[in-house]
Amino acid sequence: MSIFDLAPAAIILPLLTAGLNFTLYRRPTVQRLISLIAIIVVLALESTLLIASWGSGPVSISLGGWAAPFGIVLVVDQLSSLMLVVSSVVSLAVLVYATGQGLADGDDDAPISVFYPTYLVLLAGVSNAFLAGDLFNLYVGFEILLTASYVLLTMSGTAPRIRAGVTYTVVSVISSMLFLMSIGMIYAAVGTVNMADIAAKVPDLPPGTQLQLHLMLLVAFGIKAAVFPLSLWLPDSYPTAPAPVTAVFAGLLTKVGVYAIIRTETLLFPDSRVDDLLTWVAILTLVVGILGALTQGDIKRTLSFILISHIGYMIWGIALATPQGMMAVVFYVAHHIVIQTSLFMVVGLIERRGGSANMDRLAGMAKIAPILGILYFVPAMNLGGIPPFSGFIGKVGLIEASVELGTWQAYAMAGVGVFVSLLTLMTLARIWNRVFWRKPEHAEFPDPILLATDEDGNYGIRTSGESDAESRRYRGRDVKLLPASMLGSTIGLVAVGAALTLVAGPLFAFSEQAAENLSDPDVYIQEVLGDNAPGAADDAENGGQE
Amino acid sequence: MIDAALLIVMGVLYAVGVYLLLEKSLTKVLLGIMLITNATNIFILHAGGMPGLAALYDPDTPAEDYLDPLPQALILTAIVISFSVTALMLGMIYRSWVLSKKDDIQDDAEDRRVAQQPDYDPEDDDAAPVEPSEFEGSEEQREEAYQERKRAERASAEESPGSYRMQHEHLNRGDRDRGEWDS
Repeated sequence: MSIFDLAPAAIILPLLTAGLNFTLYRRPTVQRLISLIAIIVVLALESTLLIASWGSGPVSISLGGWAAPFGIVLVVDQLSSLMLVVSSVVSLAVLVYATGQGLADGDDDAPISVFYPTYLVLLAGVSNAFLAGDLFNLYVGFEILLTASYVLLTMSGTAPRIRAGVTYTVVSVISSMLFLMSIGMIYAAVGTVNMADIAAKVPDLPPGTQLQLHLMLLVAFGIKAAVFPLSLWLPDSYPTAPAPVTAVFAGLLTKVGVYAIIRTETLLFPDSRVDDLLTWVAILTLVVGILGALTQGDIKRTLSFILISHIGYMIWGIALATPQGMMAVVFYVAHHIVIQTSLFMVVGLIERRGGSANMDRLAGMAKIAPILGILYFVPAMNLGGIPPFSGFIGKVGLIEASVELGTWQAYAMAGVGVFVSLLTLMTLARIWNRVFWRKPEHAEFPDPILLATDEDGNYGIRTSGESDAESRRYRGRDVKLLPASMLGSTIGLVAVGAALTLVAGPLFAFSEQAAENLSDPDVYIQEVLGDNAPGAADDAENGGQE
Repeated sequence: MIDAALLIVMGVLYAVGVYLLLEKSLTKVLLGIMLITNATNIFILHAGGMPGLAALYDPDTPAEDYLDPLPQALILTAIVISFSVTALMLGMIYRSWVLSKKDDIQDDAEDRRVAQQPDYDPEDDDAAPVEPSEFEGSEEQREEAYQERKRAERASAEESPGSYRMQHEHLNRGDRDRGEWDS
């Protein structure tokens, strides 16, 4: 028995813990503890998988001993193990952050007994999507994580969250329906839902059919990944959620869509190329996303638009369709999950300390909370692509891959990518100037918290319940503005983001292996199907109709 | 033989579902989603191919007489998922009705606010004012000069039409977190 046989635990353990959590709804301390332990154990397991997958090809695990293509398989390769580890690191940090927030605020207005189990179910869904070797299992993974995300997004049911939740739910259900229809069509065309089996049989289909199936899947995953024409739901729904929920959504959920697009492009339809389409999608996503970010006044909305824009970088690498491009994408996805999540966590802290997440209402934070300045500055520069950080390394990787390919499309995307990285920097610097560097009375509508001064004239001193605005906001409770656990988890994740530079060499080597495996789907097909490899499988009882 | 009546039903369900989905009323949107879900289930049923016998093993029956059971399993999973999502959406719609006494999809207030911003933002787009050197005068004097400029800007903004921030200050005062429906 190898370590890979334990891979299903990454899905089962969070689910079981979630069930246990529901029975312990009266004991929040125990809930917190077992949730934390479950994620740490899963992270340890996934790290072992990551190490074990170094240098190896994809490994398939047949669930219940039923051989593919009839049974359901989970597949671990470099891409999925890296995604698993990064998502667990991020979710561990966010869990500590959320626990800190719950402890600091008191648990009365957030139904905390729902938060922990739902959060674990979300993680189980994400892990399932990353491990799925079967298209329908991928759909189930998506549904698990989406259903959990509906609950998390509308938690405590305030008016803005319900409004945002309805938009999000309707759009997600539509994308799931499109995915389900694609599965139906693929089953009708090739008579299987096993991804390796589909990959083996798709080349026999007429090119038109291939293109149609391919585009159906791309549209379904494109909605989830929020690429340009399908991205309009994201900035309307993410910013209203509680800070930890927005952070984990921004980091993980869109990347699951990107992961599915990578699998579609490399494994399922490597021959039917839509690179020109993807080129335009990448360029438009990059440009329209960042232009949206520039006009926003709310920091969370600004970051949501930046998130959309940077999905464009990943599509750029996918559209190159070379191993180098894929290598850069794998690196960029890992980098972006960590950085985007840590930025949202920092904004959650800024909102807590400064009373608002709107740039017109914030000012002078550099003096009030210098630590937040550092915590914002490091990931912001990282996202903007300033040299020592991993954002720069990832973008250099993409540009190198483009230059190596040398087509006009590749050069166009590289040019737009550099331009957008400058605009990202400008957007983030605008937040930096307004929120941290001007005086509170220079803000358009400064929050009363920022204007309050102590006898020495220092700004931003808050004594609870002193002014009307504060007692309304905190309902007279004495809350800690910057609890150590929230600050600590944010510092931890920012440090991980900065440390990506230090491990960039091994990470790039690992991404290169992942890209090699991705660019050779036959290895994947051989590993999953084994004896049932192309030709050997008996199609008659699958009853494909053509 | 493919059942033509079932195909027509599927088409009608899709058409009506899409129509309802584009309505502004939440209940109609939910009905649209339910219809589309069912249409998709019928769609997958067709993916199974020719009708045949139930998939209960009988040594005397040739393999090609059986109906492919896999699409039915897929449909069953899809039904369970859509059932739970429908229940959740009903909860949300009820909550939305409790909060607003309306059954409509609400616009995003922040989105509208951003959309109505004037192209010209005095802080971002103004020609950079000549700053006095930081070695001239005291900090108090420079601060006073800054406030003076700011007052002049505000006064001119009030006179010029289209300066949104001045006309709609109340929108900025509302905090997103408190919600547009709370009062």
